[in-house]
Amino acid sequence: MGSIHLVVPQNEEPPALHERAMDNLKYIRETMERATAFTGIPGWGQVAIGITALASSFISAQQKTFKAWLAVWVAEALIASLIAGWSMDRKARAAKMPLLSGPGRKVAFSLSPPIFAGAIITVVLYRAGLTGAIPGLWLLLYGTGVVTGGMFSVSAVPIMGLCFMALGAIAFFSPGLANWFMAAGFGGLHIVFGVLIARRYGG
Amino acid sequence: MARQSAVKTSVGKKREPAATDLKSVAGDKARHPAPNLDRMIHERMRLGIISALAANESLTFNDLKSLMNTTDGNLSVHARKLEEGGYVACTKSFEGRLPKTEYKITAAGRRALENYLSHMETIIRQMRQS
Repeated sequence: MGSIHLVVPQNEEPPALHERAMDNLKYIRETMERATAFTGIPGWGQVAIGITALASSFISAQQKTFKAWLAVWVAEALIASLIAGWSMDRKARAAKMPLLSGPGRKVAFSLSPPIFAGAIITVVLYRAGLTGAIPGLWLLLYGTGVVTGGMFSVSAVPIMGLCFMALGAIAFFSPGLANWFMAAGFGGLHIVFGVLIARRYGG
Repeated sequence: MARQSAVKTSVGKKREPAATDLKSVAGDKARHPAPNLDRMIHERMRLGIISALAANESLTFNDLKSLMNTTDGNLSVHARKLEEGGYVACTKSFEGRLPKTEYKITAAGRRALENYLSHMETIIRQMRQS
């Protein structure tokens, strides 16, 4: 039977005062960034995006060709991005935190991959003549991005993402109601959850 | 959903004495004595709560719990200390039938955080100069 030897650390010095000070400053900065990201989703910005999406649903429903319908929604995506960027920047400035340190970076990181995937699959579906599946795909992938990004945020955000995903899944099986699903998702869900977030966590 | 506004707001009066003897840590050779750090917010959890509240207009108990990744008991103990110290204000209300506890940083709390930050910066500056 072997003997047991206690391993005693050799005269380890505790961290120096300035190291602890730097560690504390880092902790404060990280906590503030996390807290800003937590409530950094702009409620009224979402409401504005919802209103423009409702208008886009109405306009796109009048279009005769798929290309024209797609152009309306691409324009809407650009407008929504601008509104989201501006309103998040405004909210981050109010909290005296740089946009790209907290909410902006997290939203960009979580939404970019599904949006990129959505753009590629849209081209594939268009070429295959399966344009009826595109609204469901967009809702589903946008919801995926919101759920993943929303994990760092207030509980309303991932719940909104799940609603988008559910709506997208249903839309796949109801291609005739595409514009209604787009209006309900990008319009309705943004407005309902935007009001909820704005009332609870400020604009 | 009916939202009842502030039912009870309290800002404590009692204050935990500031640390006067956080002089030095071993390894620092006592060359750079620490300034009188505010022990109330020097504690990690309380420092986190104050920092989170400084970045937001207000946060609910559940928001803070989720942000600080802690338990109900731990959070309520530290939040109560900050409240007693006058660093945060607590508002209890009902959202529908559910009780809601909301915290806001007070002017004294914000000042304490700013002082703490400046103490930390002073320590680092002194070390770089030496």
